[in-house]
Amino acid sequence: MMGWIGETVDSIKSIKIRQLLTQAVTLGMIVTSALIIWKAMMCVTGTESPVVVVLSGSMEPAFQRGDILFLRMTKDPIRTGEIVVFKIDGRDIPIVHRVIEVHERKTTGKVDVLTKGDNNDVDDIGLYADGQMWLHRHHIMGRAVGFLPYVGWVTIIMTEKPIIKYLLIGAMGLLVITSKD
Amino acid sequence: MHSFGYRANALLTFSVTALAFICAIASFSDKFSNQNPSAEIQILNINRLKKQSYGNDEVSLTLDISADLQSLFTWNTKQVFAFVAAEYETSKNSLNQVSLWDVIIPDKEHAKFRIQTSNKYRFIDQGHNLRGREFNLTLHWHVMPKTGKMLADKIVMPGYSLPDAYK
Repeated sequence: MMGWIGETVDSIKSIKIRQLLTQAVTLGMIVTSALIIWKAMMCVTGTESPVVVVLSGSMEPAFQRGDILFLRMTKDPIRTGEIVVFKIDGRDIPIVHRVIEVHERKTTGKVDVLTKGDNNDVDDIGLYADGQMWLHRHHIMGRAVGFLPYVGWVTIIMTEKPIIKYLLIGAMGLLVITSKD
Repeated sequence: MHSFGYRANALLTFSVTALAFICAIASFSDKFSNQNPSAEIQILNINRLKKQSYGNDEVSLTLDISADLQSLFTWNTKQVFAFVAAEYETSKNSLNQVSLWDVIIPDKEHAKFRIQTSNKYRFIDQGHNLRGREFNLTLHWHVMPKTGKMLADKIVMPGYSLPDAYK
């Protein structure tokens, strides 16, 4: 037991400063590249969330909890049948449902939109804010254009059991410090 | 160079890359499918055309919908979501689209069907514009893949109209 502690202390002491700095810079570069890719995706797809994780079962059997959706937002008008991701004012969670009704004003071009989850019996009026009857363009973050199954479970687990997130980060940190190159 | 950590990392990276590549190819293969769906909708009856107590016009109708969407299914298809919508123009709105009925088609066998049904969702106008209104009925389909890009299209059938008086 004491021997193992002594060995770990020795290995930490034996890391040269330059090596440690190189590792820190490499880590920083990796994180920054990831950020650059994310921001670039935001520009290309036109939406602030180019990828979302499906959190509920309201669009089953097409989208299950844990799938990820690729989003795109264009200036094209919103039409029935499109699967859109929207946020209700004052709430954080994005909702992925299908547009079932559209009313577009002649004069302003503004739209009133009603949505419904494929697997729900009723439309989303109950989800909107008090007194709100329609969604408008500014509520809609993007349209779903593609999808990958199961990949989003990682995010769901890390959100719902944050201890796993801390464990992972701690383990990665330990690996970086104690690896020999 | 041959530690467990390196091997596990290499294996993980390779398998994720291979999976991503396979998903992309599966999605790409959908481009080569030959699709010719067909549909026909008849209005069997306009059941009610009324003015709601607090304002807007509402119509209830019975539809006869027949469609053959079998050619939309490929090996990468998880389901097809089909729905019928009414489209019309009013003095205030350049476009109104109201979904009347929808169905989830899980496989090719169920993709050729004929159904008589009243509208599943309420057809309510923003105002009193439905008397004598001419409208299109559109059958839309949304092909949801097992992985990859989703595809949507529609058939527009014009020439339907509502009665001139409330009933």
